[in-house]
Amino acid sequence: MRREPPQRLADYGPLVFPAGMLIVFFVIPFATMIAVSFFERQQGGFYQPAFVWENYARFISLFFGKVLGFSLVLAMAVAAACVAIGVPFTYLLSRSVRNVQILWLVALLSILSLSEVMIGFAWSTLLSRTAGITNLFAYLGLMAGPQALTPSFGAVMTAMTYQALPYTVLVLYPALVRLDPTLTEAARTLGASPIRAFFTVVVPALRNTIVATLIMVFIFALGSYLLPQLLGRPQHWTLSVLITDQAIYQSNMPFAAAMAVFLVLVSLALVGLAVYAGRRREAA
Amino acid sequence: MSGLILSNVTKQFGTFTAVDDVNLSVPDGTFVCLLGPSGCGKTTLMRMIAGLDLPSTGSITLGGEDITEVPTHKRNLGMVFQSLALFPHLTVGENIAYALRIRGVDKADQKKRVDELLAMIHLSGFSDRSVNKLSGGQRQRVAIARALAISPKLFLLDEPLSALDAKLREAMQVELRQLQQRLGITTIVVTHDQREAMTMADTVVVMNGGQIRQAAAPVDIYRRPADSFVADFIGSTNLIPFAAEASGRATLLGASVDGLQLGTAKTGTISVRPEDVQLTAPGGEAITGTVTFIRDLGGTVETFVEAGGQQIVAVSSPRDRPVVTVGQAVGIRLDPETSVVLAK
Amino acid sequence: MTTILSRLFFFAVALFMALPLIVMVGVSINEKQTLAFPPQGFSLSWYGEIFTDDGWRNALFASLTLAALSAALALLVALPLAWFLWRRVAPWANIFQLLGVAPFTLPPVITALGLLTFWATTGFYGQPWTAVVSHAIFFVTLPLVTLSLGFSAIDRSLVEAAATMGAGDRVIFRTVVLPLILPYLVSGYAFAFVLSLNEYIVAYMTVGFTMETLPIKIFNALRYGYTPTMASVTVLFLAIAALVFGLIARFGDLPKLLGAMADER
Repeated sequence: MRREPPQRLADYGPLVFPAGMLIVFFVIPFATMIAVSFFERQQGGFYQPAFVWENYARFISLFFGKVLGFSLVLAMAVAAACVAIGVPFTYLLSRSVRNVQILWLVALLSILSLSEVMIGFAWSTLLSRTAGITNLFAYLGLMAGPQALTPSFGAVMTAMTYQALPYTVLVLYPALVRLDPTLTEAARTLGASPIRAFFTVVVPALRNTIVATLIMVFIFALGSYLLPQLLGRPQHWTLSVLITDQAIYQSNMPFAAAMAVFLVLVSLALVGLAVYAGRRREAA
Repeated sequence: MSGLILSNVTKQFGTFTAVDDVNLSVPDGTFVCLLGPSGCGKTTLMRMIAGLDLPSTGSITLGGEDITEVPTHKRNLGMVFQSLALFPHLTVGENIAYALRIRGVDKADQKKRVDELLAMIHLSGFSDRSVNKLSGGQRQRVAIARALAISPKLFLLDEPLSALDAKLREAMQVELRQLQQRLGITTIVVTHDQREAMTMADTVVVMNGGQIRQAAAPVDIYRRPADSFVADFIGSTNLIPFAAEASGRATLLGASVDGLQLGTAKTGTISVRPEDVQLTAPGGEAITGTVTFIRDLGGTVETFVEAGGQQIVAVSSPRDRPVVTVGQAVGIRLDPETSVVLAK
Repeated sequence: MTTILSRLFFFAVALFMALPLIVMVGVSINEKQTLAFPPQGFSLSWYGEIFTDDGWRNALFASLTLAALSAALALLVALPLAWFLWRRVAPWANIFQLLGVAPFTLPPVITALGLLTFWATTGFYGQPWTAVVSHAIFFVTLPLVTLSLGFSAIDRSLVEAAATMGAGDRVIFRTVVLPLILPYLVSGYAFAFVLSLNEYIVAYMTVGFTMETLPIKIFNALRYGYTPTMASVTVLFLAIAALVFGLIARFGDLPKLLGAMADER
C-alpha cells in the first residue's frame, strides 16, 4: 500500500459523508448565522433578509460595550488565576509517579466533563447560607453565623476558575510531561533550590506554552454561560449570556447573531495568536 | 526471460535521486544481497521490487512479466521487514496464516501449513502464543515463516537481522542461507553488514549514492573490487596512489617499484588488503617505512607503518608476527597478484 | 521542606477541586427535602428518585439516548475522515480536520446559535433528532482527535507487510487497521458520550423547549427551588464520567491520549 494522492474518483469516497456532514451542519449554519446578523428584525420575533449594519451598530452602544469589557476582563482574570495555579500544579503532577498522574487525570477529566449546570449548582450550594461552607466556618468559630456568599463577583470568579482549572492542567500537561527533567537537575547541580529552579528554568523554558495556554483558557472562559447567571448579579453577565438572552428570550436573532459573529472574530484572532505562539515555541 | 530484471530503474524523491539508473538481473533461485551504507538506495530499490514505492522511470519484470505498476498485494511476494512488522493483535499462528486466510484457504489447510512452517523454524507448539511474548530470535523466525507461507516467487528481506545481537545474528545468517538453498527460492536481502552479505549471498550487489558499484560473487568482490569505494567498504584495505613511470615501473609510497601490473593508466590507486602486505627487512627492492604502532588483538596482529607520508596497515597471525618495535625501519613488499588497480 | 510545600500545594488544589463535590454528596444523602450540609440523617432515596420520578427518569433516558446516538454519529463522521487523511496524501483535505476541530474550540454559544438559526431556517427547529446531529457536530472533535492519534500510532510497516502478503485496501482495513485503532475508537466514543451527557447550551438552544435532557432539567428546576435530587444526579453523572475515564485509563494509555490531544489544536 502506497500512501499517495487519490487516483480515482472512488478514492474520494470516504470523504463524502464526513465532508457533507461538516459542510451542511457546521459551515452552512455558520454562514446562516453570519447572514442573519445582517437581517432586519420584525415584530413578533421574526426576521427578514436584508443587509443592514444596524445590529452591529447597536452592539457598539455603551451598555454592550460594558458587557463586552466585563466579559473580557472576567475571562482574563480567570485565565490568569488558572495559569498561576495550573503551571506549578501540572509541573508537580508531571513529576509524580504514573499512577498518581492517571488518578488525577481521571479526576480532572470527570470534573471537566461535568455539566456547567451542575458545577453552578454545586457552587451555589457550597456558597449558600443553608448548606454552605460558612456553616463549617461558623462551627469552627471562625464566623458568627453562616451567611450567603452568592451572588457575588467572587462567586462567579471562583466557580469559573474551578471549571477552567482542569482544562488548564490538561492543556499544559503534554508540554510539561515532555519537558526534559535534566534541565532542572542541571540547575540543581548548579546550586539552585527546587523553587528557584522552577522559576529560573521551567517557567522561562515554557514561556510560549504559558502564553498559548493563557489564550486557550481565556477563550474557554469566554464561553462560560451559566455560571455568571447562576452565581452573579446581572452586572456580572457575560456576552455569552446576552447572546442566549437575545436569541431565546428577546427573540432578536439578528442582534444575537451579530454579537456571536463578533465573539467569533475575537476568538479567532486569539486562536491565531495562540497558534503563532505555538509556532514560535516549536521554532525555539 | 526468467528471473527478476530491473532495467534503468530510477527513483526520485523531489530533487533527491535515491536510486540512479539501476540495471540488475537476478536469475531464479539465487540469493542476492544489496549491500551499502545507509542512504545508498538499497532499501528504496527493494521497496520498488516489492511495489511499496513506484520507480520514477525504468521497469521491473519478474518471470518475463512486467510488474512495474502491479500493486504490491498482487505480486505474490514474501517480505520480511526491518521492524519485522508482526501483527501485534494476532497470535503466532494467525500471523503465519495471514496470507492464506485473506486468500480464502480453508481452515484445515491453513492449520496444516502453519504447523509445517512452525516445524521448519523449530517453533512447533508456539501457534497460540502472543507475538509480543517471543524473544528477538523467535520473532525473527516467525516473520520469515509468515513471509514464506504462500511459497512466494520472490523472498525479500529488509535488514532482517539488524535487531539481533551479534552471536544470534551469525547463527541466523547460516540458518537463512541453508533454508534458502533447501527451498531454492529467489531471495534478495538488504543489509549494511558486509559479513552478513559475504556469508549468505551468491551475488553481492554493492551500492553507493543510488548506483550499483559492483555486482559479483562475494570472493570476487573481496579479491577484485571494482573501485576504491567497494575496496574500502568491503573489509579493510590500503588504498595507495601511484604514478606510472616508463619501463613498467611505478612510483608509490615515495619509492620506485617494479613488477606491478598497472595496465595503461598514468596515475591511479591500487588496493592491497592488509593480510597481503609483507613486512621485511629494509633495503633492496622493498619500500622503506617506519613502524608507528602495533595493535595486538590476540587472534591477529596489526602493524601500522608510515611510508611516503601514508599509513599502511599489515595484518598477520601471531605466529608470523614481524619482529619489530615502534620506531623501527621496515621494508614493505607488495605482491602483484594481490595488488588490484582500481577503476577511476 | 520542598516536598512538604509541594504536598501542601497538591492538597490545597485537591481540596478546591473536591469541595463542591463533597457538598454534593453530602446534600444528596439528606433525609429531608432540604439542602443541608452537613447532611441531616441518611437516605439514598434521592438517588432512587432519579429512576422512580417520571420527570427525572425521562430526562435521564433522553440524555442517555442523545449521548449514545450523537457519539455514534460523531464517530461515523470522524472515522472515514481520519482514515482518509491517514491513507492519502491530500493536504487540502486538512481543511475538514480544521472544520471538525473548530466547533469545540470556539465558545459553545457560537455553535449553538449557528445551529439554532440553521434549524429555524430549515424548519426543523425543535425536532429531537436535530439535537443528535447538533451534538454529533459539536463533539466530532473528540473522536477525530483520538482517531488521528490512533492512525498515526500505526506502524506503516504493518500495513506494508499486509500488502506484501496479498491484502488490498479493504482487507487491510478490516484485518489490520480496524483491530489496531479499536481502543482509540472506543475512547473517542466515550469522550463524546460523556461530554454529550453533560452538555447544556447546544441542547438547550436546539431542542430546549421540546425535549428535556438532564442538564436542561436541572437548570429548569433551579428556578423552582433546589431539591436534593439535583445533587444526586450530579453525583451520578460524576460517577459515570469517572467510571468511563477510569476504564479508558485501565485499558488504554490515558497520559498518551491526553498528551497528543493538546497537540492537535
